[in-house]
Amino acid sequence: MYQYDEYDHKIIGERVAQFRGQTERYLAGELKEEEFLPLRLQNGLYVQRLAPMLRINVPYGMLSSKQLRKLAYVARHYDKGYCHISTRQNIQFNWPDLAEVPDILSELAEVEMHATQSSGNCIRNTTSDQFAGIAKDEVVDPRPYCEIIRQWSSFHPEFAFLPRKFKIAVTGAAEDRAAIQVHDIGLQVLRNDAGEVGFKVLVGGGLGRTPILGSVINEFLPEENLLSYLDAIVRVYNQLGRRDNKYKARIKILVKAMGPEQFAAKVEEEFQRLKEGPTALTSEEIQRATRFFPQPDYAQLDDTAADSDLQKLSDDNPAFAKWLQRNVREHRQPGYAAVSLSLKPTGVAPGDITDSQLEAIAELADKFSFGEVRTTHEQNIVLGDVRKEQLFELWQAARSGGFATPNIGTLTDLICCPGGDFCSLANAKSLPIAESIQRQFDDLDYLYDLGDLDLNISGCMNACGHHHVGHIGILGVDKKGEEFYQVQLGGNAGTDASLGKVLGPAFGAEEMAAVVQKLIDVYVGQRVDGEQFIDTYRRIGLAPFKEKVYAKAD
Amino acid sequence: MPKLIKDSAIAEDNWQLLAASDDASTEVPAGQVIVPLNVWHAQKETLSQRADEIGVWLDSDQLADEIGDDASKLPLIAVNFPGFMDGRGFSTARLLRERHGFTGELRAIGGVIRDQLCYLKRCGFNSFDLDDSIDLAAAIESLNDFTEGYQASVDQPLPLFRRRA
Ligand code: SF4
Repeated sequence: MYQYDEYDHKIIGERVAQFRGQTERYLAGELKEEEFLPLRLQNGLYVQRLAPMLRINVPYGMLSSKQLRKLAYVARHYDKGYCHISTRQNIQFNWPDLAEVPDILSELAEVEMHATQSSGNCIRNTTSDQFAGIAKDEVVDPRPYCEIIRQWSSFHPEFAFLPRKFKIAVTGAAEDRAAIQVHDIGLQVLRNDAGEVGFKVLVGGGLGRTPILGSVINEFLPEENLLSYLDAIVRVYNQLGRRDNKYKARIKILVKAMGPEQFAAKVEEEFQRLKEGPTALTSEEIQRATRFFPQPDYAQLDDTAADSDLQKLSDDNPAFAKWLQRNVREHRQPGYAAVSLSLKPTGVAPGDITDSQLEAIAELADKFSFGEVRTTHEQNIVLGDVRKEQLFELWQAARSGGFATPNIGTLTDLICCPGGDFCSLANAKSLPIAESIQRQFDDLDYLYDLGDLDLNISGCMNACGHHHVGHIGILGVDKKGEEFYQVQLGGNAGTDASLGKVLGPAFGAEEMAAVVQKLIDVYVGQRVDGEQFIDTYRRIGLAPFKEKVYAKAD
Repeated sequence: MPKLIKDSAIAEDNWQLLAASDDASTEVPAGQVIVPLNVWHAQKETLSQRADEIGVWLDSDQLADEIGDDASKLPLIAVNFPGFMDGRGFSTARLLRERHGFTGELRAIGGVIRDQLCYLKRCGFNSFDLDDSIDLAAAIESLNDFTEGYQASVDQPLPLFRRRA
């Protein structure tokens, strides 16, 4: 993992001091509400329906056990003993006291964490592939570049007051697990025929009110040009992005209005003037960043032997077999596996985690996975480097911790924003819908039979629950002050990304579990040869689903 | 005489600002005057003869290119922030300094607030006309909220990665 040096510590320390001063001036009435608002947002602090919400960055999803323990401490001392993993891999506290936020940030700075620009109209935390560095299909580890981008974007003096928020995602694998097509900038690290590292650059993707997939504006940007090119993109956006209407202020609207080719030409023109400047990356800097992400000290293990041992354990233990099947993923190092700890047991808000669970996971990380974990945009936690021979022991420990629900990738591993229970922007509650669906599909064998299925729920158009890219997407809408839910089908977040289509008129909360059941019945009735839900949908289209769901009861 | 922050100290403001007007041929008064861009464009010939007396101000939608290389001859350019959330002026400032050779006084006017001073300074502003209600002596401290930055900027042309030991 990246480790701060004296410069990083100094900069973060100065940020905490600055925010402490701003908070004091605000509480003393010297800083106006409307002026404090963007300043606190740029330090991750929202004012929610019931209390403030503080969003802490987890840079590209990596956390150490030490950081987990600090988060547990913060949850216990400054909050109500739990926190929440967001769909952008960050950590959210729902009940901090505004006056104590500077203290929380100061605690976090001790373990090299911060809330810088986790909200507001600025460059947000860069997200990445939760299997970075361990996935079999990875071409280049994206994390060193993510860290380079983190530093470039933090306190960038020119880009702290953009027209709107700005999100960057980076992947380095064949399969896109970072949803780069739905980010303001999506980067795919790759190698050209000469073996040189560079980036495919996408721009103008996004969800929200106007969901759209990004356009490729550069097929191969050499790695040394990364920051100059990002400067050029964001500068063009800062100058030309709309500021008259917040719903038209994202870069996607500008790219659409100009056309991707013309936007690309404008960026290129700016880039040509910046290219030779001091922001060009040096090979020393790339190497420096890369050194922080070495291959862990793996043991040389016999993969085949480990697999046959696992087979035996599975035969004797069906519950373990299920967990292996759903929650454990192949790894590029022989004898190792990546394990997802599920934060989606029925009855708990998806992504919520208690202080003692955080500590338990820290312990598991120390014992089984080199002291590191990753947060995922599906709101789970991954132990990246577990020996296969220790999986059974880990499973038992995870079970007693409450995060061994064997449902990763299934219908009940749903993505869900905090919605109307917490969020002041919500049109409707999302958590009770999640729970009603989890209860409807509580039979594990049935759930496995349904296979891979992404169900995503957002409480409003802002789409924090990424409903447009769920195979089944659910969106809370407000109709004359009452909460309703619109259903979309056919979205997908992966490499062949697609945006969902609206099924038809919205439903009441109490109907939702039955509606999802009907959708599933159509799929089960129509699927052929091992098709997943999304495949069947793509083959048969929206109509059969629509017919079934809106059929008049006789 | 009104006060502002200039070169990290409280200073008197000797300039008067000519308000925006559709009439580019409007008469420019005597003394040190900051004129809108359209007035500059229309009356450049005559105004150039008052070399040290004429500055130009850009509104937030008037990008640095629109003044272009004239910048290098002016003693003062002001950039207006209609509200402090409108961040276009940060790019304008850098471009004036880094691309158009402007070395004179670069002044932030309009809605800027104390908490932006450090970023404004890093983008090349060296004078700040803040709202009258702001305590300038206290605000000066915010110029140095950060003493180190990751990026290249006008006041530190080398990004941190080129300076890290
Ligand atoms: S999608 Fe809407 S309701 Fe849900 S967290 Fe985002 S803003 Fe709040």
